[in-house]
Amino acid sequence: MAGGMKMYGKHRLPGRLFVVEGIDGSGKSTQLMLLNKWLESEGYVVYFSEWNSSPLVQDVTKRGKKKKMLTPMTFSLIHATDFADRTEHHIIPPLKAGAVVLADRYIYTAFARDVVRGVSPKWVRDLYAFAVKPTIAFYFRTPLDVAMKRILGGRDAIKYYEAGMDIGLSDDLEESFRLFQGRIIEEYEKMIDECGLVVIDATRSIEEQQAEVRRIVTEALTGTKKTRIRRWLDLASLAKGSPA
Amino acid sequence: MARFGFFGEGLPGIDLEELKGRLIVLEGTDGVGRSTHIGLLKLWLENTGHAVLDTGMTRSALAGKRLKQAKEGHTLGGITMSLFYATDFADRLENEIIPALRAGFIVLTDRYIYSLMARAIVRGSDPEWLREVYGFALKPDAIFYLRIKVDDLVTRVLQSTGFDYWESGTDLHMGEDMYESFVRYQKWLLAEFDKMVENYGFQIVDASGTIEEVFEHLRARVDRVVAQNGHRP
Repeated sequence: MAGGMKMYGKHRLPGRLFVVEGIDGSGKSTQLMLLNKWLESEGYVVYFSEWNSSPLVQDVTKRGKKKKMLTPMTFSLIHATDFADRTEHHIIPPLKAGAVVLADRYIYTAFARDVVRGVSPKWVRDLYAFAVKPTIAFYFRTPLDVAMKRILGGRDAIKYYEAGMDIGLSDDLEESFRLFQGRIIEEYEKMIDECGLVVIDATRSIEEQQAEVRRIVTEALTGTKKTRIRRWLDLASLAKGSPA
Repeated sequence: MARFGFFGEGLPGIDLEELKGRLIVLEGTDGVGRSTHIGLLKLWLENTGHAVLDTGMTRSALAGKRLKQAKEGHTLGGITMSLFYATDFADRLENEIIPALRAGFIVLTDRYIYSLMARAIVRGSDPEWLREVYGFALKPDAIFYLRIKVDDLVTRVLQSTGFDYWESGTDLHMGEDMYESFVRYQKWLLAEFDKMVENYGFQIVDASGTIEEVFEHLRARVDRVVAQNGHRP
């Protein structure tokens, strides 16, 4: 049992792991959804890893946020716990089975967010050392103003922790959000070289971005398993009666 | 210079200069008598005029309740469980232990990061990784390790609570029955503790004696820690 823990970059799993990163409003989730559709249509076994971790861990996270009980350290640790559950249950098993796993946000979100909250960069990287290294990590680079327009235009209200209100940047929610996300961008920029993030210019059209993503993903898919789903049309041909 | 220090990369936003109390840890495996001695030490210290906070594992306001449920359901993986414990510990450290030290209390803690690490190691977590993760913990003033042999432990546990699922490491499927499993699991845990004695400066207390003997021994050593003024060596 001991020694069973594999570290970052040391996993040898037949599947592929593609992750998207970027600030809120960068359009990364849309791009991942489009990638998912395409991979499925190409016949790959795709597993979309959502943040549906154990209800026990989720409860603690939700309660901690709602009651504003979280310090930068417990915020970091409870998210790492959640991520560990996701890794052990929703990332490693499908990768072992040779699937293509897609993840909306990954460890780089934690590296950026926790460091902006004052946690040591080295410590948070060590903390996530159990994570599987992604095949490709896309970073959707967006200027703050563009992202702000997309967010304030629609969607739900900005949340307390998303705006970094807990670290006291500003009493105004929108201003705090802007300052916080600005610092997150700085952290992402530092990680491009350090973590080998693949930069996608997220100011371009959705179609252009998706075409580039698919091109990069295609190269990384050589040798990956496809399903052999027999379509009904193909099967129907078996039922053709031969003339007597 | 501050009395206290962190093991590694510390907690953000903590001024170590402000921490004035004493942090005393009792470590040792399940059923060795830690809680009895914490109770006695607390009584004695309070009688001699010290303010005492006693605290233990898995009781944090943030994660304590859910962690207990997670143990009962045992559905979480090894790494997840290790980090759940670390979260719970961080919450207690920041919200109970540090404020008490700031106020000049003597904090007696029933286990500390060492038990958490030992349990995580026997469940497959990497020791080096754990050491980095728990780098945010404060170094205690003293760590008293109540040491006992497995044979003595078996007798003691049978007389009190019987074999508990987790204390027997039953989740690890180590033996044909609870007894086998308990013995093997506890031997493994004890071996991990023994490795830590030197690394972390445990003070060994022989826990096979009577409660009176063990307490006398502990009291003399705790007295020395409490009497220390100013900086630690």
